Amino acid sequence: MSDTRAKSMRTPLGRVRNLGAAHSGTTDFWRQRITAVAMTLLIIPVVAVVIMLLGRNQAGAAQILGSLPIAMIMLLFIVASCWHMKIGMQVVIEDYVHSEPLKLIAIMANNFFAVTVALASIYAIFKLSSGV
Amino acid sequence: MAEFALPKNSQIIGGKTWPKPAGATEVREFKVYRWNPDDGKNPSVDTYYIDVNDCGPMVLDGLIWIKNHIDPSLTFRRSCREGVCGSCAMNIDGQNTLACTKSMHEVKDGAVKINPLPHQPVVKDLVPDLTNFYAQYASIEPWLKTTSPTPQKEWRQSHEDREKLDGLYECILCACCSTSCPSYWWNSQRYLGPAALLQATRWVKDSRDEATGERLDNLEDPFRLYRCHTIMNCAKACPKGLNPAEAIAELKLKLVERQI
Repeated sequence: MSDTRAKSMRTPLGRVRNLGAAHSGTTDFWRQRITAVAMTLLIIPVVAVVIMLLGRNQAGAAQILGSLPIAMIMLLFIVASCWHMKIGMQVVIEDYVHSEPLKLIAIMANNFFAVTVALASIYAIFKLSSGV
Repeated sequence: MAEFALPKNSQIIGGKTWPKPAGATEVREFKVYRWNPDDGKNPSVDTYYIDVNDCGPMVLDGLIWIKNHIDPSLTFRRSCREGVCGSCAMNIDGQNTLACTKSMHEVKDGAVKINPLPHQPVVKDLVPDLTNFYAQYASIEPWLKTTSPTPQKEWRQSHEDREKLDGLYECILCACCSTSCPSYWWNSQRYLGPAALLQATRWVKDSRDEATGERLDNLEDPFRLYRCHTIMNCAKACPKGLNPAEAIAELKLKLVERQI
């Protein structure tokens, strides 16, 4: 069917150029790759730690997570995965949500959600590793 | 939100079945998308039968046979008939390709199903409106840009540098790749699409061009470039065997390269 979207009298080239290039996107693209590689490297130690934690009480968990290397692995995994999650979800929103106000709200909510999950998880690791 | 269903006035309803050609010993069934902007009706799919023994082997030959012998109102673009001009790009048996280089015998089972290039406005029948596609091509400024004084004879290029353009310069801008890309379907107003980006790569990699940084600046955008998610439909669809996804990956690599 014929196009009903192009109601403006702006030229096709004007519409394509629109507001110009944002000069961004590469940083997110690169960070998505870095976090993907980081998670690939960290996933096996993280799964091993989770298996070690199974069935232990809080004192046992504190003993394991009290180890600096193990706590670092867990913290790095949380940061990498939350960052990756935030970028990945943003891409999905940009792909499929075309209403500008809804897109802004969704991207903002996505940022808040990722930061909240990351901070809550980091807090949990600190709390457990300190044994309090 | 992205639209996952056709608008009501784009939904296909019915279609006419034309009689088989008299005296034909071997016929092939063609199911062709029809839409006329002047009659106010929804699109339909008409069924035609062509006389295989009176027709060339390609799908385009079949369409021309239909136009000449059955239905002169059938509308489609065609020009060179040898895969050079890109005019007869359409969706044949679910795959975007050129009707002039696609043999109807390659379509194994049942009817040869022909639709216009997907997710583009239709002008009539198999003719898509490619205005936006061409504007996107123009937006990448596909010409040599230099500031050095023009040499008396020519801009020189080594054989090695010329080879870097192989796999890029052959593009005929048929739009098979861009219109096969789901990312382009959802965001064709902002995402430049595989064809324009392959051409952008062609100029970014041209050793004679002096505007590489400026070209990359104009591409660095979450929508213009980074809507490409390496789905690879473009490479599968390209009737010239090119790989736009790889060209786009090279652009991304160059943008990362200048940052780190």
